[in-house]
Formats: sequence, C-alpha cells, structure tokens
Amino acid sequence: MNCRSEVLEVSVEGRQVDEAMLALVHTILLHRSTGKFHYKKEGTYSIGTVGTQDIDCDFIDFSFVRVSSDELDRVIRKAVGEFKDLCCALQDAMGNGTDGMGQISLEFYQKKKSRWPFSDECIPWEVWSIKVNVVNLANEQERQICREKVGEKLGEKVINIVEVINRHEYLPKMPTQSEVDNVFDTSLKDVQPYLYKITFQITDTLGTSVSTTMRRLIKDTLAL
Amino acid sequence: MDSDLSPQDKKDLDKFIKFFALKTVQVIVQARLGEKICTRSSSSPTGSDWFNLAIKDIPEVTHEAKKALAGQLPGIGRSMCVEISLKTSEGDSMELETWCLEMNEKCDKDIKVSYTVYNRLSLLLKSLLAITRVTPAYKLSRKQGHDYVILYRIYFGEVQLTGLGEGFQTVRVGVVGTPVGTITLSCAYRTNLAFMSTRQFERTAPIMGIIIDHFVERPFGNMGHMHPCNYRAPAEEEGGYTGVEDSQEVCTTSFSTSPPSQLYCSRLSYQPPVLVGAADFCHPSTLNAANPHQMGIPGKEGGVPQQVPVQPCHAAQAEHARASSCLPNDHVPAVPSGSGEDAEASSRSTDGKSVSPRDVMETTFTRKVGAFVNKPGTQVTTASLDLPFAAFAPRAYDIEENDPMVQPPESPATSSPLQGSLHSQGSGESGVPAQDDFVMVDFKPAFSKDDLLPMDLGTFYREFQNPPQLASLTIDVSSQSMAEDLDSLPEKLAVYEKNIDEFDAFVDTLQ
Repeated sequence: MNCRSEVLEVSVEGRQVDEAMLALVHTILLHRSTGKFHYKKEGTYSIGTVGTQDIDCDFIDFSFVRVSSDELDRVIRKAVGEFKDLCCALQDAMGNGTDGMGQISLEFYQKKKSRWPFSDECIPWEVWSIKVNVVNLANEQERQICREKVGEKLGEKVINIVEVINRHEYLPKMPTQSEVDNVFDTSLKDVQPYLYKITFQITDTLGTSVSTTMRRLIKDTLAL
Repeated sequence: MDSDLSPQDKKDLDKFIKFFALKTVQVIVQARLGEKICTRSSSSPTGSDWFNLAIKDIPEVTHEAKKALAGQLPGIGRSMCVEISLKTSEGDSMELETWCLEMNEKCDKDIKVSYTVYNRLSLLLKSLLAITRVTPAYKLSRKQGHDYVILYRIYFGEVQLTGLGEGFQTVRVGVVGTPVGTITLSCAYRTNLAFMSTRQFERTAPIMGIIIDHFVERPFGNMGHMHPCNYRAPAEEEGGYTGVEDSQEVCTTSFSTSPPSQLYCSRLSYQPPVLVGAADFCHPSTLNAANPHQMGIPGKEGGVPQQVPVQPCHAAQAEHARASSCLPNDHVPAVPSGSGEDAEASSRSTDGKSVSPRDVMETTFTRKVGAFVNKPGTQVTTASLDLPFAAFAPRAYDIEENDPMVQPPESPATSSPLQGSLHSQGSGESGVPAQDDFVMVDFKPAFSKDDLLPMDLGTFYREFQNPPQLASLTIDVSSQSMAEDLDSLPEKLAVYEKNIDEFDAFVDTLQ
C-alpha cells in the first residue's frame, strides 16, 4: 500500500500564518478524528460523540470548523506556533523584504509492532503537505486585499481537502482493543484522531533550507 | 437490487438515509443562522447522536424537513433540496444557494451497511460542516440583520437551479455508495450578486454614523406573508412566549434565520421589529398550541417562519385547500405548501386567524420615530428646524433619489478656490430651497452657533477640508508647453551633474 500524499499551497502574510495553518490542519483533523472508542466484552465497541466549533480568523476573512477539543487545539496551536516562529526568525535573519517559504506536514501513520530489539515501525498512510509562502506587504491597502484573497484561497483549499477525503481511499481497519493504540491517538480525553505527527521545514526564497542559510550567514560574518 | 440486501440491512439503510437527510438540513440551516455554532464532544456515547456527531436538532427545522419528505426518502429521481435565499428590507429577494441531496443508480453491492456506509455518511456530514462555511452565503448570513435576512426552503422532488442566475458554481461535498444507489451531496451557489450592489445592502455606515433608512417605517412592509424564523433554546418552547407571535400559517416551508440579537423585539416588551412579518400577525397564545413548532422558535420575535415562495413548490407540497384556509385575511399566498400532518393544528390556527390582522397590528405595533427622521412633506424646512445633520434627513420617501450620501449634490459655484475640483458629499448642503445656488451661506454645522466672527465653523470647515491645490496643477504651470519643458531639460541635467557628489553622499547615508 502506497502512502497517499496531498500537497496544498498558500501564500500568506506573516501574521496570517498561524490562522491559515490552523484552519487547514483542523479541517483535515476534523475528518480524521472519531469519538472515543469504548470496547465491550463481546468484541464490539461503541463510539463517543464528536462536537464541532466555529472559529473566526482575526487576520483573514475566513471561518472554519474544528473539533471541539481544547486539548487537541492546544497541541495543534503549539506546533503551528513553532512553525510560525521559525518562519519569522528566518525573515528577521534575512532582513526585511525577504519572502520566506515553509512547509508543514501532517502525516497520518500506523504503528507496526516489531519484535525486540527493533522499535515499532511507523507506516504513514496519508501525508498532507502544506506549503506556505510568506510574503511581505508594503501598506494597509495591500493587507486588506490580502485578507480577502487569502480567505478565498483557504476556501478553495478546504474544498480540495474535502474532495480528497471523500474519495474514500485507504483507511486503516478498525482495530481491536489491543491494537487501538497502533491506529489511533488515544491520549486525548474527548476525541480520538488517527495517529498523526506534524513536522515542518523552512526554506528561504532560494529554496535552500534554513540550516544552509544560517551556515552561510555565519561564514560571511566570519569572513569579514 | 434490494433482494441482495438482507431485511435488517435494508431497514438500517433506510434509517441511515432518513436521519442523514434530517441532519443535513439541520447543518445547512444552522450554518445560515448567522451565529457561530459550538457543540461539545462527549467521550461516552449518548445513543442519540446520529453519526457520532453532536449536531443539535432545531425542532422546527426537523418538522419542516419531515413535512417536505412526507414519509418518503431521498431516492433516485427524488432529491431533497434546501434553498437558501436572501430578502432585503426593501422586499427584494434572491436565491443564494441550493443544497441537493440526490441519489443515482450506481450501486455498491459489496459495501457493509451498518459499518462502512454509516461511517462514510458521518464523514460526509463533517465535510458538509466544513463546506457550509466556505460558500459565499456564509459571510452574508453572518452579517444579516437590519438590511436583509436569510431564509430557507426545503423541498423534495426535482432540483430547481434557475433562480441562481447565470454562472452559478457547483461544489460537490461528497458521495457515499450504498447497495441501493450512490448518495451525492452538492451545493449550487450564485456568483452574480449584482442586484445587491445597486441596493447597497452591503453599505457600511455612512460618515457620522447615521444609517439613513434606519428608522424607516416597516422596512419589510411588503412582505407581509414572510416571517422570520427565530430560534431560541428549547427551554423556552413551551409558551414562555406570550404575545408576539406569528405563526403565520401560510405554510410554505421557508424560514428566515435571523439571529436573535439583531432584531429589536424582545419577547416580553414588544417593539416593532425591523423585520416585519412578525409585527403584522401577532396572535396571542391561541396559536401557541396550534402551531407548536412555530412557537418553539420564539427567539427573535416572534418570528414565525413561513415564506411563501414565489414559484410553485413541487411534489410533496400540495394540500392547497388546507393551506389556503390558513391564510390571514388580507394576504394571498403565492403557493401553499404541504402542511403535512398538521390538519388539526391548521384548522385551529385558522380559527385563531379570524381576528383581523389589522386589529392585532394596531394593538401591538407601535412605531418608533427616531431622531433624524424627517417625515415626508416637511423636508424643505429641515434646515430651519435646526436639526443636526439636517442634510441627511430624507427629503422625500424616495430616499435614495435625494440621498445626499448616495448622490452627492452638485458642486456649488463657490467663492472658495479650494472647492473648485472636489466637492464634498453633502456636508455643505442644507435644506435650502433649490433656487439658491449658493448653499455655503446657510451651512449650519452641527452643534455650532452662528456668531459674529467673520469665519465661522462652517466656513472654516469648507475652506480647509480639502487639501490645497498642488502648485504643479495650477493654471500657470499647465499653460507651459511641452516644448518649453523639453528645452529646459538639458539645463536641469547639467545642474544635477554638477551636484552629483552631493547626491551620492545622500544615497550613502540611506544605506
């Protein structure tokens, strides 16, 4: 089984990075979360209820729906916050006026137990890559236009996400009680998303990664 | 086809489709209420949350959906549609979108009903939650209130998309294959919102914060048969609502979904709502029992829902006789819609309606005349009344025509050189009769007195409200010919070249 990979690309202003990422990641997680499983003795299980919540963005003309789970929201906000900090750090390092590019990956995986001494294998079955192009805007008028444009773009991305999800392609089989932790993240109290991890990388406009850029900056400084 | 399906599976599938249809309607209507929706997750299954999603059920919406379905299920050739439209305070209406739940013949015989189909329907509902926030009508519905309201209509049968205008777009929410057919959920939405810009329903508050038509009498006066549908928490359903209601029995299945906070009426102290309808047909609690589903939405004012659609409703919406008897005296419905099982309720409400709506109107409808409102016939003297912002008081009932905000008055021939190119938007105008061209003289700025100083506030304002003309645009300069400009260029260049070091030093300081 090959891992399904989807790429979404957005261009946003620096202060919109947080909300844009939250909107897309939460939309995906809404579809990839179920209620908590309660296994019964006969091998059947019942599923809890997933609530939803409307969120309005402050810097984008956009609203989205997320799962009503403060715990999950905290985890996602933390990850998105780190991503945004890295983006901003790069822009500061490169100086004003530099656009930056980053990519945040939301990967759904299954764990496959291996025998000792090997550690469990993580097999991804769906990867969402969200490429973010961070732009600098010169004045308030451009920012206002950006607010609306990014809102429209995010709407298109939500439609793309829904389109992919509704192809009903591979989903891990519903696990038995002993296997549930290999498929779902059971650490949250109120909902149960599929096992996922969020990773990100930042690049500058030339497409080189941050580490290369920092190395170059340091070298240049020492050379002077 | 059905013979391959076990009876239990068939029963389950029918149940799933029925509740899916009902939940779909709930999600769509709730997304157009104009409010943010929030439901809680629960780790323990409650047994009543279909598709493992916390979607509240508004009783009236469920009732209307069931009425439209009339015991049938969406099937091949029988689609369930939810039409969302907008109605302005001036009475114009426009369809915004139509959500369609359809089924086609493509079957998936191998799919497991109780597990896979159920989970996929759950996924489809989540997608619907996401997509309802993305179509243009969502933003409009969040801003509904004074100028317009959002209404919905549920119908069953053939899909009607002609009301969406040209160039409408379609977005597919998703599909779920079942052993009896493939369920498709999609939305067709209007892209041409042209009439709205002419009506300025999106007009933001004018300068000085006055909305000119703010206190116009009965802005929805000509939609007497339409009622807003307002929703409050279920606890208030049982007649906590005295007085104000509506329950217009007109029985079509259209409801407005105005949010409670944006209408004037409170439940107990009734003021005429901006959105009419409710005002016109207030009936006391006689109707409460008769139409529990309508009372159940006390919410905003009494709204009672029903909008008579202009075009005839199809399929399951017959029941002419019953519905027409439900009409109030002075309103003829365009089309009645199926009243479903409410035979008794309808006849009771007919009785209740024998009271002349006019009487009711007079007893309950109190018109507020607000500040700054100019009654017709007196506009000539508004200036002399010394009303602040007299310039904005409507001169005639044809507000827009004379509205200084919409059509700025012609630039007067003034003595001030500053007024030559730019004219102000009516701020300098007053109610001076048309034969006097010089309006500046009578300008009376708000809250300032005429005094003996040569420069009063009004003159000062007019003199300095526009920036002075640029020197380069003055007549002297413009009369210079192009040829002279070109001739002077080499000299200028020579001067600049001489001072090149200075320029370089300046540029260096910038780096």
